[in-house]
Amino acid sequence: MPETGVEPAEVPAGLRRAAPPRLPEIAEPDLVRHITELSTRTFGIDTGFYPLGSCTMKYNPRVNERAAALAGFRDLHPHQDPEGAQGALELMWRLERMLAEVVGLDAVTLQPAAGSQGELTGLTLMRAYFDDRGEDRTEIVVPDTAHGTNPASVAMAGYALVGVKTDPRGNIDVDDLRGKVGPQTAGLMLTNPSTLGLFEERITEIADIFHGAGALLYYDGANLNAVCGISRPGDMGFDVVHFNLHKTFSQPHGGGGPGGGPVAVRGMLEPFLPVPRIVRGDDGLSYDWDEPKTIGKVRGFAGPFGVFVRSYAFMRMWGPALRHMSEVAVLNANYVLARLKDAYDLPVDRLCMHEFVVSARTLRREHGVTALDVAKRLMDYGFHPPTIYFPLIVSEALMIEPTETEALETLDAFCDAMLAIAHEAAEDPQQLKDAPHTRPVRRLDEAEAAKRLTVRYLFEDHPTSE
Amino acid sequence: MTFTALTDADRDAMLAAVGVGSMEELFRDIPDAVRLGRELDVEPALTEAELMAHLSQLAGQNADAGSELLFLGAGIYDHYVPAICDAVMARGELLTAYTPYQPEMSQGTLQAIFEYQTAICELTGMDVSNASGYDGTTVAADACFVARAATRRTKVVVAQALNPQVRRVVRTFAPGFGLEVVEVPHSGGTTDPDAVRAAAEDAACVIFQQPNFFGCLEPAPDLAAAATAAGALPIAHVDLLSLGVLEAPGNYGCALAIGEGQSAGNHMSYGGPHYGFMAAKGEHIRRLPGRIVGETHDLEGKRGYVLTLQTREQHIRREKATSNITTNQTLLALAGLAYLCWLGPRGLEEVGRACLSLAEEAKRRVGAPLAFDRPTFKEFALDLGRPAEDVVRAARARGVHPGYPLGRDYPDMQNLLLVAVTEKRTTADIARLAEVLEP
Repeated sequence: MPETGVEPAEVPAGLRRAAPPRLPEIAEPDLVRHITELSTRTFGIDTGFYPLGSCTMKYNPRVNERAAALAGFRDLHPHQDPEGAQGALELMWRLERMLAEVVGLDAVTLQPAAGSQGELTGLTLMRAYFDDRGEDRTEIVVPDTAHGTNPASVAMAGYALVGVKTDPRGNIDVDDLRGKVGPQTAGLMLTNPSTLGLFEERITEIADIFHGAGALLYYDGANLNAVCGISRPGDMGFDVVHFNLHKTFSQPHGGGGPGGGPVAVRGMLEPFLPVPRIVRGDDGLSYDWDEPKTIGKVRGFAGPFGVFVRSYAFMRMWGPALRHMSEVAVLNANYVLARLKDAYDLPVDRLCMHEFVVSARTLRREHGVTALDVAKRLMDYGFHPPTIYFPLIVSEALMIEPTETEALETLDAFCDAMLAIAHEAAEDPQQLKDAPHTRPVRRLDEAEAAKRLTVRYLFEDHPTSE
Repeated sequence: MTFTALTDADRDAMLAAVGVGSMEELFRDIPDAVRLGRELDVEPALTEAELMAHLSQLAGQNADAGSELLFLGAGIYDHYVPAICDAVMARGELLTAYTPYQPEMSQGTLQAIFEYQTAICELTGMDVSNASGYDGTTVAADACFVARAATRRTKVVVAQALNPQVRRVVRTFAPGFGLEVVEVPHSGGTTDPDAVRAAAEDAACVIFQQPNFFGCLEPAPDLAAAATAAGALPIAHVDLLSLGVLEAPGNYGCALAIGEGQSAGNHMSYGGPHYGFMAAKGEHIRRLPGRIVGETHDLEGKRGYVLTLQTREQHIRREKATSNITTNQTLLALAGLAYLCWLGPRGLEEVGRACLSLAEEAKRRVGAPLAFDRPTFKEFALDLGRPAEDVVRAARARGVHPGYPLGRDYPDMQNLLLVAVTEKRTTADIARLAEVLEP
């Protein structure tokens, strides 16, 4: 810390910190070694194949990081006057236009911090729209295959949840649906393709049912990687869409975040979007805070700008060939599915989109091996496991999403491992039960963690460290 | 450069393995009516070199902290971000992993979050911290949700001297949570404990900021006591960087401590991504939103870490969850952890003391009077006697951004300018500020 060269000042005694926080006292070289050591016990996309279903674990281009670190972006204060931030505003303006084109809707807010916040924002927009029309609608319909965030967002937005079943082809059960939509219905929340990785074949019929009742359709963009340039949610009849910039558009996942959850809407919902809106006038770009019908703010400033830089960079490098991105994602998923479907159970035998779900229920019945055991054993083969036990309607589910960035050799190595594990389940099930064998730790006791609730370092148990 | 690896021969072999004749056939389940049937109308693809040229041109249009002398704060601050923070982000494993659902694959991330939780608890004087929230605004809305569950009351009280963006986010989500929002006006730049006591009757919580949005030091222990006396949870919105010199909220009776982590280890980045933090007294642990990491052992007795209390969370509880949160801000929180470890307890106190002392120096050097007669930390409000927006415009033309015009949020404060002084500013910078603020 350089000398300030000014008279030292002090805060009033009653507000002054009495005892210093017990932070580590460590030299920088040791801190770097600690961080490096932690990273060696972390498996990222940079380490290997990471087919975590519904999370779109694609390669994150290195140029994203270089772009976000440009001083004009990285060191820009968010309260800088718009005339001193024209480049940032231009980037956000163009990103809004690109996202609107990809989903076929009219207006976009970049502000929400993540997909789940996009959901809450979208539902809040729907509430504002109906309030403005003087309509009291209280229910949101959510299929039983939905991501857990959907029902949680519905509850947080103050709506009642109405579940709808899935038919044997993996589509929404339209007959079950009809009886559940009426004047009390605010809308539907749907992922398309669904969490089974299947395209909703009767989507236009479903949209007509909701629109016919005066309700709206919300699209959970978690699975958008399947349909870029191929089919657009707006053209399917959806009125509100959230994006997951950290899934489809390559913002690195960062061990759990940051993300970005922009929301696109059809024109009639635009007046309700969060402020500030980015507007283009004769003097360039600026912010409009004065929207009388806005729902307000959902996050600080205009949103997580550094995420926008990365996703903008990614989209500009693909351009119109974003369609090719989705095509390869779908081809990769179907190839892996084709190779695995004889060894694992397939809940619905259809072509999949960008991901698919298989089940280990036969392995469980015949050998006592569960989806969890398969997942843990995959670690020994050097792969991150898929999403497991989701969606909830498939028992022993393994949800696999390879993404477009994996080479055929990688896909084959993964399939070989999955087939070998199915074989091991019959030959040596204990080998799977005891897995993983090669990770820094063996299987961890989650029940003990929940019981003990040690959620910070217990200085009192380590008196010498103080 | 593309980010796929398939050759034409690979593609044909894969299509054959799938049993379809063409890429087109892969999409046969999509009805014709909802197919795009044309190319996306977006600008042509750029090479990496073209992209960087384009982005450099855009970045060059921005007046960043390197091109303008910055006294602008109001929630985001131009503190020094040491190289160690960028080193965290540069580790590809930490950068490209996701939420550690599979703990055996993610011990590094999990241990780092555990260490982050420890640091946040230490700084705030709390028992439990989540793995981070989105930013300093959304954690306030989350805190209201916690307070409603804890008290079963349906009113929240916020100080008018709480950051306006934080208040706006709370107001956006409160109706959906079934909450009414009441504001307590400031009195001479700080919040009156008696006014808090009166407003907090039947309230789930009282949220105040320390130092508050005007930079003034609130009588925080008195505000916490007033909220507690009314049966409302006292919640302090604090600046991590101040907690080397200012008392921890947990040590003056607060139930929760929340805030924006940017000042500790994140670049300003035009507003994000940053990390919000949320810490609480132990009794609230089951009501907290977001991820929490706990310590445990593996089947050989070796210490390890896992996501714990997942039964609070949306992927298990669905509509009964404590929050819809999945993503958090782990990477930014880890940069914050690296910053705090790099400084250590003495470094944190030194940075705080430097900000405080330089801000006091700036108060002495500038000619304009203070708007509020209250002690401050690193930020203070000046009464310029003329519209602050005009002063900012004129100063920017001379290469100095002198601060934030409070009239943007408080209509009766058109002449007030909020000036932030971080440890990066020098006495020469302060002299320059005084010069451009002269009428």
